[in-house]
Amino acid sequence: MVDAALTRAGATTASARTPLMQNKLFLGLLFMLPAALFLLVFLSYPLGLGVWLGFTDTRIGRAGIFVGLENYQLLWDDSIFWLSVFNTILYTVVASILKFALGLWLALLLNEHLPFKAFIRAIVLLPWVVPTVLSAIAFWWIYDAQFSILSWALMKIGLIDSPINFLGSPNNARATVIFTNVWRGIPFVAITLLAGLQTISPSLHEAATLDGATSWQRFRFITLPMLSPLIAVVMTFSVLFTFTDFQLIYVLTRGGPLNATHLMATLSFQRAIPGGQLGEGAAIAVAMVPFLLAAILFSYFGLQRRRWQQGGTDA
Amino acid sequence: MTLSRRDLLLGTAGLAGAAGTGLLNAGPAFAQAAAPQYKPEQGATLRVLRWTPFVKGDEDSWLANTKKFTEATGVEVRVDKESWEDIRPKAAVAANVGSGPDVMLVWFDDPFQYPDKLLDVTDIGNSFASKYGGYYPGPEGYAKQGDKFIALPLAAIGNGILYRDSMVKQAGFSKFPEKSDEFLELCKALKAKSKPAGFALGKAVGDGNNFAHWIVWSHGGKMVDESGKVVINSPETIKALQYARELYQTFIPGTESWLDINNNRVFLAGDVSVTANGVSLYYSAKNDPKMAELAQDIRSTTLPVGPVGQPVELHQTTSAVIFKYTKFPNAARAYLQFMLDKPQMDAWITGSSAYCCPPLKGLIDNPVWTSDPVHEPYKRASATLRPNGYAGPLGYASAATMADYVMVDMVAEAATGQRTPEEAAKRAEQRANRYYRV
Repeated sequence: MVDAALTRAGATTASARTPLMQNKLFLGLLFMLPAALFLLVFLSYPLGLGVWLGFTDTRIGRAGIFVGLENYQLLWDDSIFWLSVFNTILYTVVASILKFALGLWLALLLNEHLPFKAFIRAIVLLPWVVPTVLSAIAFWWIYDAQFSILSWALMKIGLIDSPINFLGSPNNARATVIFTNVWRGIPFVAITLLAGLQTISPSLHEAATLDGATSWQRFRFITLPMLSPLIAVVMTFSVLFTFTDFQLIYVLTRGGPLNATHLMATLSFQRAIPGGQLGEGAAIAVAMVPFLLAAILFSYFGLQRRRWQQGGTDA
Repeated sequence: MTLSRRDLLLGTAGLAGAAGTGLLNAGPAFAQAAAPQYKPEQGATLRVLRWTPFVKGDEDSWLANTKKFTEATGVEVRVDKESWEDIRPKAAVAANVGSGPDVMLVWFDDPFQYPDKLLDVTDIGNSFASKYGGYYPGPEGYAKQGDKFIALPLAAIGNGILYRDSMVKQAGFSKFPEKSDEFLELCKALKAKSKPAGFALGKAVGDGNNFAHWIVWSHGGKMVDESGKVVINSPETIKALQYARELYQTFIPGTESWLDINNNRVFLAGDVSVTANGVSLYYSAKNDPKMAELAQDIRSTTLPVGPVGQPVELHQTTSAVIFKYTKFPNAARAYLQFMLDKPQMDAWITGSSAYCCPPLKGLIDNPVWTSDPVHEPYKRASATLRPNGYAGPLGYASAATMADYVMVDMVAEAATGQRTPEEAAKRAEQRANRYYRV
């Protein structure tokens, strides 16, 4: 086909008998052009620019010059950067595992026959629907050092004497922001997995029940394998969202206390925009790419293995 | 910027004219820099971008002054506003891409991030300085590079101590201490006998930086020396951090997570007796009928004087800049010259309800400072103010160091006991050196 088109293209130039607009190769390229342009302008160019900026010493208000790996060398010796890497990985791993476990659990529950099913499913989606900034501000009040409703309630019950320092001590703050991220991320996982659950044919479960399979066995050998392609996709997205989270942290702590909740995304912003060091900020953002690629490759090669999806093992 | 021959002729004619009248007027005997006169270009319009006012009166009087300018010159001026934290990136981008507002009100060392993109306003600056007894050194430091004004100082947004008189008395102090060691005693007594004090130690852009810089500067510590060499890891800084550690233990718990707004909420709820803030906090109480009793109990003062023996504070500083790309440089100059002159400034300062402190010594007297006793300490903001890159040059490094919260983190680390003062100072030194590049 391509050969044919090429030959015809050759013929066109030779004899100029076939109009250009009837040339399949040309038309094909022409029709792809809008999409390609779109990708180029809105995806490749910003990404490429970001990578380039990471190799320059650009500051806001001054074009930079190429400095090679200097930004990365500086980051390598920067303890705050490494702290943010640690925070980001901790945040992503813990929040993703919790979101997956709780989300799957919730999906299984919602898949049962419940009264007011549609209503309950709609409610579950709420945390995901509310803009992050709004829910983060609500949580900011819930975690306030002095006016936290949680602390207040616990103090009234008599369980604690002084308010809990949710966002004040480093470990509390880490746990708090992870919990908030989980709260926000569960609906996405749950509703998507619920959609997957509903595509599993009930006859499989019926057949397994007739063969005497326990409910655990049905889950392990029917539900999970049938769901795994979807799990791979959902968790890839979930990990990407979590890894690049910004709004939640920025509203709740701005990376404090003592940088204990600074993620790579928030540090990148802090250095690039308020700090004016665009080059360094871009370098931090680019440093996120290997981690993100690893997450994508893991889900691609790990979770999408055909054999595993079909209920087999990697023999 | 392109100066046409016509501009030049007009400019010099104006200058000559002004000089002539100056001589004729038999003014002060000493050489006074003649006020330059700028004739707005034909059909000029201006776009001004400023920070969103903190008090309504500020906006009203700024707009009223602008209207007067339009009436006098026929130049239409559009005033836009942006949240104060968004000004810095917006200004930088405008400077970078070479288009946007003609005039901007910017913060701190912003003008030093892109000095070559700003219109020289030395003539206006010098004429104001000679006419009104000079600028206070702090605000001037934020606007003057060498002998050249790259911006015009506009105001200091004062920071000060706000306290509850009844609680301080309850702690056994009839008068608010003026020295930092007595202040520590007061805080101890407040914690024991009344409500504790509380100062922001989190990533609070305004309050956190104000407090941290005061702690370090009042003890003689500084981030860099005059040549820009990082000298934060000094015995003075260690002393300051030891003081911070002691002071922190008298605070209400949780201050290390406080952002800019937290201290306002806690103070208005009556849970802390002493905090530092702009005068806006007082107004939140005063304008709320339900808080009348609390508002009457509020007093203010400046932050205590430390071992250095003189009051030193960061405050917030705002300056006005004109971008070189403006199509109407003379209209922009005329606008600022009009807006920052005494009649307009007086009205604006009054309208700002003690939030803004004028940068010129000759403008400092204003009825606003005596209209309410709580206002008085904020009058001293321009005088006690120190630029954020003290004692070194302002520029990329000073801005980046502050934006990265190096000072705030150091004080918070030492205060909370996360690190020893020695470790905290050493770490701040390393972090600052990344920007000041040894």
